[in-house]
Amino acid sequence: MSAMLNVEDLRVEFPTRTGMVQAVRGVTFSLGQERLGIVGESGSGKSQTGRAIMGLTPQHAHISAKRLEFSGIDLLKVSQAQRRDLRGNRVAMILQDPKYSLDPVMTIGRQIVETLRTHEKVSKAEAREKALDMLAAVQIRDPARVFGLYPHEVSGGMGQRAMIAMMLIAGPELLIADEPTSALDVTVQLDILRILDSLVIERGMGLIFISHDLRLVSTFCDRVIVMYAGKIVEELKASELSQAKHPYTQGLLNCMPRIGADRHPLPVLDRKPEWLL
Amino acid sequence: MTVALSIDKLRVVYDEFVALKDVSLAVRQGESFGLVGESGSGKSTLLRAVAGLAPVSAGSIDVNGQRLGKTRDKAFYSQVQMVFQDPYGSLHPRQTVDRLLLEPLAIHGFGDTEKRIQRALDEVGLGSSFRFRYSHQLSGGQRQRVAIARALILEPSILLLDEPTSALDASVQAEVLNLLEQVRRDRKLTFVMVSHDLGVITHMCERLMVMQGGEEVERLEAGDLATRNVARDYTRNLLVASEGFVRGA
Amino acid sequence: MSDTAMTRREWLLTDRPQSRTQARLGRAYVTWRRFTANKLAVIGLVIILGLLFVAAFAPLLAPKSPYIGDLKNARLMAPSAEFWLGTDDQGRDILSRLIYGSRLTLQVVFLVAVIAAPIGLLVGTVSGYAGGWVDAVLMRITDIFLAFPKLVLALAFVAALGPGIENAIIAIALTSWPPYARIARAETLTVRRSDYISAVKLMGASPMRIVLRHIMPLCISSLIVRVTLDMAGIILTAAGLGFLGLGAQPPLPEWGAMIASGRRFILDQWWVAAAPGVAILIVSLGFNLLGDGLRDALDPRSAGQ
Repeated sequence: MSAMLNVEDLRVEFPTRTGMVQAVRGVTFSLGQERLGIVGESGSGKSQTGRAIMGLTPQHAHISAKRLEFSGIDLLKVSQAQRRDLRGNRVAMILQDPKYSLDPVMTIGRQIVETLRTHEKVSKAEAREKALDMLAAVQIRDPARVFGLYPHEVSGGMGQRAMIAMMLIAGPELLIADEPTSALDVTVQLDILRILDSLVIERGMGLIFISHDLRLVSTFCDRVIVMYAGKIVEELKASELSQAKHPYTQGLLNCMPRIGADRHPLPVLDRKPEWLL
Repeated sequence: MTVALSIDKLRVVYDEFVALKDVSLAVRQGESFGLVGESGSGKSTLLRAVAGLAPVSAGSIDVNGQRLGKTRDKAFYSQVQMVFQDPYGSLHPRQTVDRLLLEPLAIHGFGDTEKRIQRALDEVGLGSSFRFRYSHQLSGGQRQRVAIARALILEPSILLLDEPTSALDASVQAEVLNLLEQVRRDRKLTFVMVSHDLGVITHMCERLMVMQGGEEVERLEAGDLATRNVARDYTRNLLVASEGFVRGA
Repeated sequence: MSDTAMTRREWLLTDRPQSRTQARLGRAYVTWRRFTANKLAVIGLVIILGLLFVAAFAPLLAPKSPYIGDLKNARLMAPSAEFWLGTDDQGRDILSRLIYGSRLTLQVVFLVAVIAAPIGLLVGTVSGYAGGWVDAVLMRITDIFLAFPKLVLALAFVAALGPGIENAIIAIALTSWPPYARIARAETLTVRRSDYISAVKLMGASPMRIVLRHIMPLCISSLIVRVTLDMAGIILTAAGLGFLGLGAQPPLPEWGAMIASGRRFILDQWWVAAAPGVAILIVSLGFNLLGDGLRDALDPRSAGQ
């Protein structure tokens, strides 16, 4: 399997009043047509890793990497215009809360049509047709009705589906999903994941799934990267998560309350200073 | 066995929308009772109604044998306190921890505030170095500890917990849950805890009620979930969903 | 912690203050640093401090009397070494009059702020927190005041109360509170349902205590910004009333009244009207720059940083 994305020694730094803060400190991985999970707690640098690949790092931050390539394109050297072209067309990102990612004053249908038409030359009628198909593909039961609704008129789960439809309409090769289901109820969460799963399989997409939820990631992804304080502490097959070697990964798994396990008090994570090295 | 909190056919209506439909409930003294459900199930509404933050249109609430009226008095608030879900939203942005903890003492006219604040901070494991910080100088877990300290400083007997750990990282969640269990044991508190996480609820509570659409679905013992001794499909779905993604399902 | 050598800056910026005073000073210091990062705001502050200085030491700074002129020899003289800004039609030194006039300007600005801002704050927060009919009544009253142009309403008040600087101040104050009430109400509406206000309610705090001690402090910074930005307008309104003869009465050296008396000679002796005009311009600009700087420094949305 040839890698579509190669990341080598990625670093992201933010200048603050008290000096440089290193959000990502040398992250290396590659991705083929698979589901890769990136797991970590808040501040672990998992989201900044995704954003750096997407080119959404804030202006004032410094990015460096030995290698940051998407299907042979050096992402550190491309122009803003090429970046924009890449974004949406070949690489797409889904964020946690659809409320902040969808334009509140445009109907969902129009947003999807606009997205499609900026990337492909299609007639309006054709674009509408494709948008309706896409809404159906994310299992929205009444696509024609949802097409004409504004984002505030739909539920969180519906909004997230619309968001996925918008992101996938141009047929990207790589999808980065940053906590795509964390704001949703568990049952809705699984529906969304099922949709993502089938789309990844049907379209042969690469997926980076960023989440704090180890349990969810381990059941959904093929491979898992565990991040701590801007570094990868462990990389393993999702199915082998229970045999994690690193005490951090073990600690994370252990500290979650489980149904049927009577553990009082819960084991807590004992953060070792050497993990930071 | 004395009943700490008893709710009878409670109904909450927000402009036409019925958020809670005739829910009844009795929580024994010293017990920890869980409310589980998805968003819109009415679980938080129930807590807010008890606290006097939601409009009750029918039904009754009794706390320690006393019927609550439309308005709550100071005596009520020294028996019942609440911890909110969002640690970033529940602390006043312009007040130091010291000021936050002083306010309830001032309202209820407590003396020896110095000692009480000190003790409250020690109890939640924060210590005096946190006393004069503003909330933006604290992490999520620390904020939630401050919120717990604030709730406990009036020495209530009932603590309402509205998803107290759902905004926290798993490792911090474990610490906060342990802290809550600790204070419950030390002070013999009664808990009513809301969560969407079945794992958290079974860990913290002896009995629980599953809710959906403002109504009770079923009532269970914590052990029932482990043995899958549940009667309703809705609960079963929640149980399956809580285990993560199943391919090909 | 305290016995290790700490620079004063570190002491102020520490994440773990040891006392109430240190916490408060630290916060003030951060605000001050944000304020001084904006050069224009500092210029504004310098202008306002300059105005305060001039007003405080007017008798020492003014070279001549502001009231008694030399009618025989020194009427409408151009700026010269003796009269830096020239003289007016009564032979009075314009510079001296400007210097004394700064006291009147400050008096107007200060009193209007002290009267109007608290009224607006109280009406707005009570209205926003109480909601229901209280809100409806208070806001309709506010609307009535807002419906009239400020100067017209002030004119009506002055006409009823009689001309004079005190009445002008009252009139301006009565016409400037409604926007403050609106701002305070808007701010209150965004926080009244927040968890931290609910938490205070759960402490058993009375509505009055919640409004006074928990909601008002949150509204104050945006109000300070707005009042500062309004100062220019207040000075202009006061000057406008003075110009129309309804504000300060002669021989008070009020800047607006000075322009009014100078306009008769504007073509031949332009400096008589221009000098107070420029003074009003500079002070208004100073307040605007200061207000802009305060907005950046006090913005509650960035206070978390």
